[in-house]
Amino acid sequence: MLRVEARARLGAFALDVVLETPAGRCLALAGPSGAGKTSVLRIVAGLLDPRHGRVSCGDEVWLDTAAGIDVPPERRRCGYVFQEYALFPHLRAWQNVAYPLHDLPRRERRRRALELLDRFGVAHLADARPRTLSGGERQRVSVARALARRPAALLLDEPLSALDARTRASAGRELAAVLRDSGVPALLVTHDFTEAALLGDRVGVIDGGRVVQVGTVAELAAAPASTFVADFTGAVVLTGIARPGPDGLTHVALDGGGDVASTEPGDGPVAVSVHPWEIVLTPADTPRSGSAQNHIPVEVTSITAVGNRIRVGLAAPQPLTAEITDASARQLALEPGARAVATWKATATRLLSR
Amino acid sequence: MRVSRRGWFPVLLAAALTVVLSFLTLPIVAIFVDTRPLDLLSSLGEDGALEALRLSLLCSTLAVGLIVVFGTPAAYLLAMSRFRGRATIVTLVELPLVLPPAVAGIGLLAALGPKGLLGGLIQDAGVQLVLTTAGVVLALTFVAAPFYLRQAQSAFEALDRTWLDASRTLGASEARTFLRVAIPTAGPGLISGLALAWGRALGEFGATLMFAGSFRGITQTVPLAIYERFSTDFTGALALSTVLVAVSAALLLSVKLLSGSAWLGGAAR
Repeated sequence: MLRVEARARLGAFALDVVLETPAGRCLALAGPSGAGKTSVLRIVAGLLDPRHGRVSCGDEVWLDTAAGIDVPPERRRCGYVFQEYALFPHLRAWQNVAYPLHDLPRRERRRRALELLDRFGVAHLADARPRTLSGGERQRVSVARALARRPAALLLDEPLSALDARTRASAGRELAAVLRDSGVPALLVTHDFTEAALLGDRVGVIDGGRVVQVGTVAELAAAPASTFVADFTGAVVLTGIARPGPDGLTHVALDGGGDVASTEPGDGPVAVSVHPWEIVLTPADTPRSGSAQNHIPVEVTSITAVGNRIRVGLAAPQPLTAEITDASARQLALEPGARAVATWKATATRLLSR
Repeated sequence: MRVSRRGWFPVLLAAALTVVLSFLTLPIVAIFVDTRPLDLLSSLGEDGALEALRLSLLCSTLAVGLIVVFGTPAAYLLAMSRFRGRATIVTLVELPLVLPPAVAGIGLLAALGPKGLLGGLIQDAGVQLVLTTAGVVLALTFVAAPFYLRQAQSAFEALDRTWLDASRTLGASEARTFLRVAIPTAGPGLISGLALAWGRALGEFGATLMFAGSFRGITQTVPLAIYERFSTDFTGALALSTVLVAVSAALLLSVKLLSGSAWLGGAAR
């Protein structure tokens, strides 16, 4: 369990957060740039000292301003993946990975480094300098380096944002596997909600130095605590396997059951995203009509007013969220437990390979 | 003939460069043109010439060594931290840059001479600085240090701080980060600062003369030897000048080559 409590003055705003994430789980902090996300990671790593704070990982206390404890960064055992990866330019790829292993003999260091590079499929680049590597290769070397010291916690700062769209999908998949297998608590920071949804077991939305809401993606989308969270969470994200259909559309078999169509191309594992305001709810027993292609039977789980709109949480094999007006909600007599059909158009269905 | 379509300004720029280049290289060219190889050999064989060269190399190497050992961590601190009075300290460190060499010599005498501020302490310790080889090293260090410090400070300031942060999170202490990341990545900047300081030390004249005097074999470096010959033996002075130019140029060149070479490779991202 990684626990962070911090209060600090950061330039124009005050940071005030309390967060925790258990071992083997990733908490993704999402928010606009300048929200204080990176500062949280720096406080955990010991690179930034808050005025008041407490950071603990397992039974180690890394920071406790009240008790006068402040463990220096080199003894906190954080695997930190920096935004632009921060590979040392004067060292070869394997030397970068071996850097944290300085107490091992040279031969052993190289062996361990090559092993890690091999795990990420970049062992052939061991002798390359960082400036000759592509973005995706740098990212892999950087993750390998962060894991070299067997960290007690993983900290990732926008790990995918320096990559182009094509590399991002495969790198994201790899990273998800790393987070799953690491067995340590992970804190990931991103400005992109979809990225947070794909990599985080839970997502914390942070704005203006405060954590506005923490929950699973479905919880955040279905019952956003504020209009900021509602706008920021934007799309509902579902996962599934895509295959091109004979009708020119892409058909996605959703994990857990159900099938949706999209006009976007895709093949293999994908993330399907659709905005809550594009989902239409109809009573369960009405015949299908209209031009929309995608129909999923659902059960209403929650109804939350957000400004002049209503967020409706829906249970399906993968949870969904619809956004409707107050008038529609009353007309449909929606209440928790009611059955309905969620409908949306194939043209409103975006696909992202993962 | 048609005037170039690119206009008069590029012509002006080229003309300015031509003037600058001729003015700056003419004296150096003249030294080589006026020196006959035979004179060069005979003057080197002359009493004191080789001695002066040996002394120049020895003292400037020692001075540069002192400058690097003390200057590198000092410049790192100045580059990395923000504290009250930092600007003042930076200015004080750079002050010797604008000090006339004669003033530097007087200053050193007033501080470390027999009747100087610390003169008593130094004499009690049984150390003799004035009119000794140690005095030459001290004078060279004083005059050349700011050249290195300035360069080193800006080289450290230009570093990507996330490299240093990354090093810390990867288990390296502050000291290890300084040695293994900051120094190698700032390498080219440090080396060019070192070249500047060494060049300045090799050519130092005024402060050395005033503080250490000009005794053959003890404090007479090449510039002092040149000055001594200048009134009586112009050919000899010219020959020694040739040697000094050659040594300085070789030094500058090898440093430039070194900073571009493979062991620092990749320091530029």
